[in-house]
Amino acid sequence: SSREHKSNFKKSKEVCLSYIQDAMLQKQWKKAAEFMTFYVESLEKDFSTEYMGPSEMIWRIGTEILCHHPRSSMKEFNSFIEQMKTLGVKRYLKVCLEHAFHLLCNGQIDEAYQNLSLAESWRFGEQTVIQDKEMKLIQAYRGLLDYYSWCKQKNILLEHGQDGFEDLSVEQEMHRCFRKAAVNLKEIIKIPGVWDLFVKCYVDLLEFYGDHNEARQVLNEYAYNSKFPANPNAHVYLYQFLKRHGESKKSLISALKILHDIAPSHELMIDFNTMLQKSKKRKKRRLGLEVIFAALDYAGWKENVKAWRCLARQVKQIAISEKHLDWIKQEWNSRKSWWPAFHFSRYLAKRDWQGNESLSYEKALVAGILLGKDCKYFKYVSHQGCKAQVKRFRILKKFVNKHNPVYLRICH
Amino acid sequence: RDFNERCAQCSEVNWGVTDGGRFYCRSCHNVTERTREVVNTDFISNTRVQTISKGLRKQEKNDGGCEWYVCEGFQLVLKKQAEALEALGVCPQMKDEILYNFWRHYLQKSKQAYCNRPAGETMKALSVCDSSTDVDSEPERPSLLHLSLSESEGDLLTDCSFASSTSKVSESTSVCSGSVDGRLYLMKNQKEKLRMTMPMTLSFCYMALLWLREPMTLSDLLRFVVEGHIPYLNVFQHFPEKMKLCGLDLKIFCVESWPAYEEVYNKMLELAAFLDLPRFPEITDSCFLHPDMLCMKYLMEANLPDELHNWTCRVVKKTCIGDVDFLTLVPGNKSTRKVKYDVLAVAVVVVVLKLLFLLDDHYEWLLSDFAEEQNKNNKEGGPYFEFKKWYKVIKCSLDMEQKKLDEERAKYLWRCEKPLFYSANKKSKVLKRRQMVVNLQNQFGKLSGSVRPAEKPNPSSFQLSWSEENTDGSCFHGHSLKGILQEKCGLLTAMNTDYWLCTVRLCKEKLCGHLAHYREVDFPQSYHFVLRLFSFLLRIQPSYIHDEVCVIEHKLFNKKVCKKPKCNTCLRK
Repeated sequence: SSREHKSNFKKSKEVCLSYIQDAMLQKQWKKAAEFMTFYVESLEKDFSTEYMGPSEMIWRIGTEILCHHPRSSMKEFNSFIEQMKTLGVKRYLKVCLEHAFHLLCNGQIDEAYQNLSLAESWRFGEQTVIQDKEMKLIQAYRGLLDYYSWCKQKNILLEHGQDGFEDLSVEQEMHRCFRKAAVNLKEIIKIPGVWDLFVKCYVDLLEFYGDHNEARQVLNEYAYNSKFPANPNAHVYLYQFLKRHGESKKSLISALKILHDIAPSHELMIDFNTMLQKSKKRKKRRLGLEVIFAALDYAGWKENVKAWRCLARQVKQIAISEKHLDWIKQEWNSRKSWWPAFHFSRYLAKRDWQGNESLSYEKALVAGILLGKDCKYFKYVSHQGCKAQVKRFRILKKFVNKHNPVYLRICH
Repeated sequence: RDFNERCAQCSEVNWGVTDGGRFYCRSCHNVTERTREVVNTDFISNTRVQTISKGLRKQEKNDGGCEWYVCEGFQLVLKKQAEALEALGVCPQMKDEILYNFWRHYLQKSKQAYCNRPAGETMKALSVCDSSTDVDSEPERPSLLHLSLSESEGDLLTDCSFASSTSKVSESTSVCSGSVDGRLYLMKNQKEKLRMTMPMTLSFCYMALLWLREPMTLSDLLRFVVEGHIPYLNVFQHFPEKMKLCGLDLKIFCVESWPAYEEVYNKMLELAAFLDLPRFPEITDSCFLHPDMLCMKYLMEANLPDELHNWTCRVVKKTCIGDVDFLTLVPGNKSTRKVKYDVLAVAVVVVVLKLLFLLDDHYEWLLSDFAEEQNKNNKEGGPYFEFKKWYKVIKCSLDMEQKKLDEERAKYLWRCEKPLFYSANKKSKVLKRRQMVVNLQNQFGKLSGSVRPAEKPNPSSFQLSWSEENTDGSCFHGHSLKGILQEKCGLLTAMNTDYWLCTVRLCKEKLCGHLAHYREVDFPQSYHFVLRLFSFLLRIQPSYIHDEVCVIEHKLFNKKVCKKPKCNTCLRK
């Protein structure tokens, strides 16, 4: 009747919704529930062409409230979700999937499995095609739960094996789970995406049954297929697999190379550097230096003794041989403006010395070479070390003094 | 003409009319042979109520429903509203005489009944005549039919061809409405005929209230509607079972918005003109709706000193808005500006506040400090009114009430138990949804913690009340204005000698719909505060009050405004 775009009904429901949202943000679950009772009647006017209509709102908000409200229970939650499933056919699989997640989070694995199986068998004409993605996810998660069952069976079998029992039914069940899991896991990892957990489980299955080729192929695909998003974990998995199977250093190094590119602060960089340092190829050793410097750019590595030891070792080796000083020069060039304050301040010298002697030792060595014997860090630590009459510090002092010309050459 | 015969069985004179059109004694249920032809108007006005409630139709559709016309639906609505108003204290005359007559007149004028060729005749269905339509044996539409036959005012008296048109409409009835003429109702270009709508039912009510000069303003009426004291939302719940609503009926009878003041008011004016009503009963200075009275009411409600009443009366007198001719409604007269009594009164109060306190965000606080000083020194006698104190008290209450109102609006439930479906095939879906809503309400209701408080507040004309018995000094009614007045030639005048006009020139209402354009940022905050207060009380936008304030100011300072059209907005009084 009026020229307003929205009726008072719609406006008052919007206002009601904002009250619910406020209450939720302040974790006032009782209040949120109270306003919810007034909001739900908007379902009766849900001619949803909007992106986020009342049905979806109620599902999402209701879920939150029932998850957090102190007097709510899984039973309440389940009955609520079952109603939500009937609300909108376009959302059916999504609701099923999220319901399964909630059940899993609450440790109700069997119920989750049942839910997923039920959802898998759902057919609704055109909708089945439209909701294909959700269906694939449902199958994938069911596959994951099959894997979980497989693990259980496997453990039982191992136990029995130890006790000397043979259990045919358990074994058969195990194989059955394997087949079910494998099918679904294989399917989902074909789709470009991040499927870390699924890949791991699948590879685990393959390895157990001895299908190493397939496993290797899967991992290679996952790591190197450009359609898949860049994922450090993919490379980690591949590396670990190759290591497990005693592959050559060359292939290990190539696996870690990309990891260094994507995630220079990854913890495997230490392994990487160690391998590279030992290499006979100059290029590799050069890379090693680059790798360890890059890792120590990150704050999380500041107090990592192993990392400093790697760097110190390499720097020491270069200083003694006096070959490839330009490597250090190149690496130091972009860092000399900020590393001193970042790693080698007087405050840090004190703290490192008090907190971790080995750390301060390694760092002092590096500082001594890069910044010279007169730098704050080295002076403080070596002084303290000599005062405390720790042998290696005396040796260190001598070493740095001896190789001071190296520093001079670096800084020009 | 009066059917005053005593009942043969119980000797009572208490008659009703059966579906068959015969009289029966309500005391002993003895049915007579006398039929409706002998009846007179007065009698019928009472029995009309009876017959409608007894069930209307002879023909029952398969689903237990019967045929009904849209105007009958509205008639029921009006009846319910009138009863509610009566319960609120309005005199019974309103329902039985005034409203009923207005409605009847309307039906006649819009040719929905009481006439030769009723609306809807062009419907194909109406030409289909069922053999079973027998005028004698069927009561048809007893209500309307009775009335048409006993018209005593010289209007058309023919056997309403309406009767013959109540044939079995069956397949011809559009499946799109439970009512017979729902589709037609919405389709036709009804501008000339003033099609009935739900908001218009309130226009009818207000018109009747105004005719009787009842002490209820339009803003009061609309507030009672929102508070649920007067049926409006979901009023179709009260329709008899047999009157099935579906399809397009929903568009007609289901509301999803609160009635807007402007809409109801303007429709009322249209209606009054359409019905060719004469000059309404006069609004004199003893009427509740007279600005002198209403100003007092609003002064009390706004917790302002009673002494301000003198000033409002002076303004009213000076601007001649207390004149009978100004206040009384003359329908159809387009030259005079129509009066919104509540808005007018409130605007007068605002103008008085501006006169005395200037409200420029500066002077009123100075005055307040001055009054405070005097209060400190002057311990005996009544306290002087301090604007600052009043502001604090009112702001606190206003904010609280506004917050409550906002929450109530957010919690408002629009749906009712009686489900509505657009068409039969949607029925199951609608019912399922309703069931789910109820389930969810129960589920979350249990988690709400607190029990829901009792619903409707008691209806009251005053939303804010202040008692002088409160010792915390929060009631300002008895406070004196001496603190802001000064003696001049033996008369008390305001210390403030300045005034600022809200607008130098009034807009042409026809062009942009308003006389002035209000934007909060353009005006002092004190002024906005005052507007906000009355806007809350009347439940209308501040701009409406602002418009009215502008008009009054221009009347008040007419000479000065005309003299110097280019003057700045600040005047000396």
